Amino acid sequence: MTPQATAPATQTAVGVHIAHLDKSFGARAVLRDVSLDVTAGTTTCIIGRSGSGKSTLLRCINGLETADRGEIGIGGATLRPDDRSLNALRSRVGMVFQHFNLFPNHDVLGNVTLALRRVHGMSRHDAEERATRALDRVGMLSFARSHPDRLSGGQQQRVAIARAIAPGPSVMLFDEATSALDPELVKGVLGLMRALADEGMTMVVVTHEMAFARQVSDQVAFISDGTVAVSGAPDTVFEHPEHPALRRFLDQVL
Amino acid sequence: MQVDNIIRVFFDPHIIASVLPQLLSHGLVNTLVLTVFAVVIGLLLGLVIAMMLLARTRWLRWPARVFVDVFRGLPGVLTIFIVGLGLPLAGLDVFGRNTYPYAVVAIGIIESAYIGEIFRSGIQSVAAGQMEAARSLGLSYWAAMRHVRIPQGIRRVLPALTGQIIITIKETALVYVLGLTATQQELFSLSQSGSSQYASMTPVVVAGVIYLALTIPLTHFVNWLDRRLQRGPAPTPASDAERPAPQAVIAEG
Repeated sequence: MTPQATAPATQTAVGVHIAHLDKSFGARAVLRDVSLDVTAGTTTCIIGRSGSGKSTLLRCINGLETADRGEIGIGGATLRPDDRSLNALRSRVGMVFQHFNLFPNHDVLGNVTLALRRVHGMSRHDAEERATRALDRVGMLSFARSHPDRLSGGQQQRVAIARAIAPGPSVMLFDEATSALDPELVKGVLGLMRALADEGMTMVVVTHEMAFARQVSDQVAFISDGTVAVSGAPDTVFEHPEHPALRRFLDQVL
Repeated sequence: MQVDNIIRVFFDPHIIASVLPQLLSHGLVNTLVLTVFAVVIGLLLGLVIAMMLLARTRWLRWPARVFVDVFRGLPGVLTIFIVGLGLPLAGLDVFGRNTYPYAVVAIGIIESAYIGEIFRSGIQSVAAGQMEAARSLGLSYWAAMRHVRIPQGIRRVLPALTGQIIITIKETALVYVLGLTATQQELFSLSQSGSSQYASMTPVVVAGVIYLALTIPLTHFVNWLDRRLQRGPAPTPASDAERPAPQAVIAEG
């Protein structure tokens, strides 16, 4: 484990590899032959309409959803569906949710130390030290003893990010991390995500924030109808959209 | 005179004076002992039942379902009779000839069926995102249950659990069917013996007042707990710049 709460992922050369992923919920095919590679230390934004399969794809990466077919690799290691390897993988992949999902039965510090103690086997002292650094990083240190329910959405999401980065993950997944926030709180959380990207964290970001996708990502993947319709550098995707579905989508959101 | 008659039958001061000490020293103590042990069994066994009810495999779910349906469906007095007298008769006399422990086990089993269902509903009501967040951090299923889902689920059903304790206090009266010895008798049995002895309802009325002294405060505690839990956690010292705490509500408590 690295001493810094946010380890630069470039040193560990971890990327995300997704190949020929299929996923159905009952008769409804949500993902169809999805392939996507994320180079270590870069940020990939996944954009697309609601219900296009963006979140499902993200949740397949850390095994919250099990793909029907296909291959997922994190840092060269292939994702296997058994519980033990899933837990091991998840301990190296941080995830931030749309609705924060902080644990209301723990205070802010307890939210951040839980995995450090119960997954990474740290002592209370070490875990609190590490958690303190992570909370400081997101500007929430003064709320360490607060109850999550008493924080604003933006503050809760900052704590959720601290909880995810504290163990020093090699990959961070963001599932519409700002979609549930009041507009005035979005900026702060996006700034934090941008800082993480700038530090070289490998990030996969499902987002509706087109400005963020354009400015921060190294790669943009447009998902349409459960498959990666377009992927490439943000300039290519946003400036010269040739795919008709992407053009229609951008016309509506920009 | 009618009023004199009513007082003599229900509130005879001489009889009150002579039965009250024993009702408190034996009856109340036995009622509390039966309640505490039955609730402890009910909580432990109930948590196991709840885990089984929530299990992914039907081989755990189904037996738990049957257990809950049977012991919630039977009259308590029938279960107490069968377990309390039946087990020793059948040679399952793990506690010897002493009836008292069988009474505890019988009430404990009944309570575990109710408490198991209460636990299950509470744990199940915790949002799916909580488990997902815990699992996404690498916690195993059991670690996530233990540190995230179960504590939240139990917190939600604390009022229902306390309500169940009130019911248990009253249910312990049903062990009178087992014919316990004088020192083992709880409030109701003891007052009933006194009632025959003095040919007066007064001992039973005294027992009733003692029951109410236990259950009414607990009922109000449940209501208070319910209001408190609905209102959310107690405010933390750290103030929230973006969302001020609701001062009026805090002042009311």
